[in-house]
Amino acid sequence: MYDMKALYEATSVDDAVALRIAHPEAQIIAGGSDVLVQMREGRRAGAELISIQKLDELRGVKMEEDGTIRIGSLTSFSHITKDPIIQKHLLVLGEAVDQVGGPQIRNIGTIGGNTCNGVTSADSASTLFALDAIIELTGPNGVRRLPIQEFYIKAGKVDIREGEIQTGILIPKESYENCCGHYVKYAMRNAMDIATLGTSVNVRLSVDKKTVERARVAFGVAGPIPMRAATAENLAAGKPISMELAEAFGKAVREDINPRDSWRAAKDFRLHIAVESAKRAFIESVKLAGGDL
Amino acid sequence: MEKHVNQFQNVHFTLNGKEVEKYVDVRASLTDMLRNDYSMTSVKKGCEVGECGACTVIIDGEAFNSCIYLAVWAEGKNITTLEGLMGPNGELSDIQQAFIDEAAIQCGFCSPGFILSAWEILNSGKEYTDDELRKLLSGHLCRCTGYENILRAVKKTMYQRLGKEMPQED
Repeated sequence: MYDMKALYEATSVDDAVALRIAHPEAQIIAGGSDVLVQMREGRRAGAELISIQKLDELRGVKMEEDGTIRIGSLTSFSHITKDPIIQKHLLVLGEAVDQVGGPQIRNIGTIGGNTCNGVTSADSASTLFALDAIIELTGPNGVRRLPIQEFYIKAGKVDIREGEIQTGILIPKESYENCCGHYVKYAMRNAMDIATLGTSVNVRLSVDKKTVERARVAFGVAGPIPMRAATAENLAAGKPISMELAEAFGKAVREDINPRDSWRAAKDFRLHIAVESAKRAFIESVKLAGGDL
Repeated sequence: MEKHVNQFQNVHFTLNGKEVEKYVDVRASLTDMLRNDYSMTSVKKGCEVGECGACTVIIDGEAFNSCIYLAVWAEGKNITTLEGLMGPNGELSDIQQAFIDEAAIQCGFCSPGFILSAWEILNSGKEYTDDELRKLLSGHLCRCTGYENILRAVKKTMYQRLGKEMPQED
């Protein structure tokens, strides 16, 4: 038995919004792999829950008419990894979420929950940052969209306003087209572990595959919220591909990130693996994009 | 102090091929309901926070930790526990027999969960490498066997079902 005060089961997105307004103190629960665990630990004991688990309209990946890829907020990690649209256009995201927890967690955990809990270590978040994902929220005044960089406010706090629920994550065509990426999760174990550092890189090469047109890199656990490393991105843009560029790209990430000491790892160690992971993910991304390194 | 108001909900679902219905406390986990209301004692209470995999059940063909799944969410679902793998005259399934043959069981606490994850893996009909199988089984903890025998039991059943010879181990 869970120590909950009440459970309100939403029957539609509109119903969820109405429940959010009627019970402003209540916690939204999607898959439950964070909320129920916290409840068991006593952190959310006695809370009211608004369950959106039954809103099947928020599940699945769709290609919209303008080429935007829409991921419903309740889509589980395993369904993202298996989805043909993701496998064709956003392989890096499918691979990143395939490293969350273990198989059963990936069947229940949702990408919406992973981003709404606002933790820096979320395996989906760094890749979504690196892809300039758009977060879609639905509330009493309709739909609001904002870049994921603005959605994260501080550790554990995201921009969800009164009456709102997250309904989708959008990846614009310009962001993923001709783009290949790689995610490196550094953790102590291969399964059931939280990232010591997560690094997601993606690149777009010129038509002749000799020059980097655009490189993006984002980290989880390199600061209180996921973050991009603009210095490294600017350094690589427009440069011919080479191992020296990969080295320089890796070193440049130190300019922007700000990891901390924690029981999982020291700051210096995180800086070290950030440089190495960025370099390796860059090399892998360039290779995937057809570059010769 | 505010008095807690008991809240119950009707849940209708399929359990091991049989349609069932229950009036259940909304605070109950699926583990609670399966054990207490249906005596499905193969569903073990281990860590109760989704880490050990002892409470694993199959919901609509996928493995879930029933300890972090609300009982009321079972509405309309098709749920299989280890009891559901039993043949009409109490026969063991191929994967259960393989666990016995390969000594993949000691205390037995993790076995129902492992076997159900293996069931999902085997039902995919695919051939997996050892590394892939290790990853697919990584949501379970076993404190007795050291995993090698479990891996071997799953692998052996996979090759049996595929009608192929199991490659010799080094």
